Amino acid sequence: MNKDLISALRPALVMTLLFAALLGLAYSLALTGIGQALFPEQANGSLVRDSGTVVGSNIVGQAFTSDRYFNTRPSAAGDGYDGLASSGSNLGPTSQLLADRVKGDVEKLKAAQPGKAVPADMVTTSGSGLDPDITPDAAFYQVDRVAKARSLDPEAVRGLVEQSIDTPLLGFLGEPRVNVFKLNRRLDAFGAKPAA
Amino acid sequence: MTFQGWLLIAAFVGILLLLCKPMGRWLFALYEGRRTPLHRVLGPVETGFYRLSGIDPAEEQGWRRYAVHMLIFNAALLLFTYAVLRLQGVLPLNPLGFDGTSADLAFNTAISFTANTNWQSYGGESTMSNLSQMLGLTIHNFLSAATGIALAFALFRGFARREMKTIGNFWADMTRVTLYLLLPLCVAIAIFYIASGVPQTLAGSVDVTTLEGARQTLALGPVASQEAIKMLGTNGGGFFNVNSAHPFENPTALTNLVQMLSIFAIGVGLTWTFGRAVGNQRQGWAILAAMMTLFVAGAAITYWQEAAGNPILHQLGAAGGNMEGKEVRFGIAQTALFAVVTTAASCGAVNGMHDSFTALGGLIPLFNMQLGEVVIGGVGAGIYGFLLFAILAIFVAGLMVGRTPEYVGKKIEAREVKLAVLAIAVLPLIILGFTAIASVTAAGLAGPLNKGPHGFSEILYAFTSAVANNGSAFAGLTANTPFYNGMLGVAMWIGRFFIIVPMLAIAGGLAAKKYTPATAGSFPTTGLLWTGLLIGIVLIVGGLTFLPSLALGPIADHLAMINGQLF
Repeated sequence: MNKDLISALRPALVMTLLFAALLGLAYSLALTGIGQALFPEQANGSLVRDSGTVVGSNIVGQAFTSDRYFNTRPSAAGDGYDGLASSGSNLGPTSQLLADRVKGDVEKLKAAQPGKAVPADMVTTSGSGLDPDITPDAAFYQVDRVAKARSLDPEAVRGLVEQSIDTPLLGFLGEPRVNVFKLNRRLDAFGAKPAA
Repeated sequence: MTFQGWLLIAAFVGILLLLCKPMGRWLFALYEGRRTPLHRVLGPVETGFYRLSGIDPAEEQGWRRYAVHMLIFNAALLLFTYAVLRLQGVLPLNPLGFDGTSADLAFNTAISFTANTNWQSYGGESTMSNLSQMLGLTIHNFLSAATGIALAFALFRGFARREMKTIGNFWADMTRVTLYLLLPLCVAIAIFYIASGVPQTLAGSVDVTTLEGARQTLALGPVASQEAIKMLGTNGGGFFNVNSAHPFENPTALTNLVQMLSIFAIGVGLTWTFGRAVGNQRQGWAILAAMMTLFVAGAAITYWQEAAGNPILHQLGAAGGNMEGKEVRFGIAQTALFAVVTTAASCGAVNGMHDSFTALGGLIPLFNMQLGEVVIGGVGAGIYGFLLFAILAIFVAGLMVGRTPEYVGKKIEAREVKLAVLAIAVLPLIILGFTAIASVTAAGLAGPLNKGPHGFSEILYAFTSAVANNGSAFAGLTANTPFYNGMLGVAMWIGRFFIIVPMLAIAGGLAAKKYTPATAGSFPTTGLLWTGLLIGIVLIVGGLTFLPSLALGPIADHLAMINGQLF
């Protein structure tokens, strides 16, 4: 036993250092080089710039709360969509806090638009708190409100939503969804155009 | 539930079965120490590593020596990471300027990653520098996985060898698996992740001015490289706090599918390798059939419950399945499937918050871990854990029909059964013991976020996850305290190494036995009867112990949920 132990010391120490260099440094740094060379867009966060300023990432959600924009889901990341503190609510199925929060959100939505069924994703927080998407139902739900706030034709806004729906890969992989950031960029571009 | 959802589960299982043989063959080549096409490139690295560390890869080791060398290597890795985490404040590649971590967090994290658990008491983007992620954590993702596979090889040799004193060479097994399997696969997968939108940069963060004019800072870093091995090595420790739910860790449905397949790929392949090693492929298929049956049953229950949703929220006017804690791009089906995959294996990555699952939807992930993660299981750990159950099963079968039990040509005698029981009994003892302590002490009760039975579930889940080396959490639990960091650290260490040592002792004993050919009187260990017996033993021995604790947690929670009772 003692002999086994002593014979293990040198291999253990040297292998730790060698593997640290190979797997800790060389592997990660080589991939950083490959990623930056081949896919610089994606490797740096799929960022979108508007006249030099970074206005968002195509794949990470940001807070949209005004009536003029399609709103993103409620978020438990920091004060909402905090990119330095991703988090879910972690509230369980029998949580009083969860029930109170959902109740409040549903009532607010129902007061603004009576009679419409509220899509579940509009009153639940996502896993990350940075969900970039909403369901097509949740997008259509908001069409009238956005159109009114921007004095646009609701049918035109509905058309924008329809263009923005991503369908599942091969029909079953993933869910139909609408990327809110991309939709709102389309909306801004559309609103900026003079009426035809 | 939708047709598409079931199609997803069916497609996932189908692809896995297709992967089984090619992965198994490749692993078998490494098991035998054969030359692979990759030796041309990486062979010099392998021999160089041996030369510098004074290792003779051809030296055969008995089980004690194999165990001691494995333990000392893991201890060295543990100290290395502890030092990196404590010193990260003065080390380079720290763009967000984090201080060194607290002693209890460094202790917990170093054990966690060494033990292939990747329990995370911290939020990655708010605690760990890029250097810590790369040097302190990624290295364990590779080597704890390679250690697990090496140990599985050692046990396979125990069954396959006849009247020999040795079970292989730890260094050779571990190095070959790392260089010729994990490293090349991870490079390929990481490049796919980067192309799909997973960041890979040394920058720490980027400032954003949102369309509404607010400020948002997005954490970045070398994510893709860690992500690839995190899944393939069933480690599960995310770069970000919310793990694979974060759009940067798992941006699309396709990356999600690749992540789920990565978790199971090696574990599934090892069942084939086992069959090949013991000279009867049907032995491997019988094990895989038992594993897959348990897996599909679990996936179906969780999917059904999550799709049915929470009646309390329905009543409030939020219709449909349970979307609390889930991402829209994954929806119900992919989140439910991911949760079952990650806990069937010892991965522990999550793409949605298990804490917010329905009561029974969350029970399955918990139960999967309590079975000892032998449903496919962690890389290596899954199959050696399952073979311990196989030893018990053949013993029980022998008792029932009054024959001396034999398994794949080896007589199973008192020593093997005692050691197998010892290894299996560690799990319930530590999980239930530590949960009990946490449930009655002030420091323990300060942890849970949720009240009522769900709060108890959070504690039970934490210790189950730690001992089973999973690492997923009912993340409402505030675990970054000296109490939980310490208790969970000890639990993870025991859960990993107190199973490994008896397992290696079994391997050593079996290798020394002579071959006993099957006769008409042997109990068949292929075919449906055996598969059924394996499932029964896993459920009864592994699962029944935990039934009272499940009744106090998720089952009470479920009854409250359907009666609309809130806490």
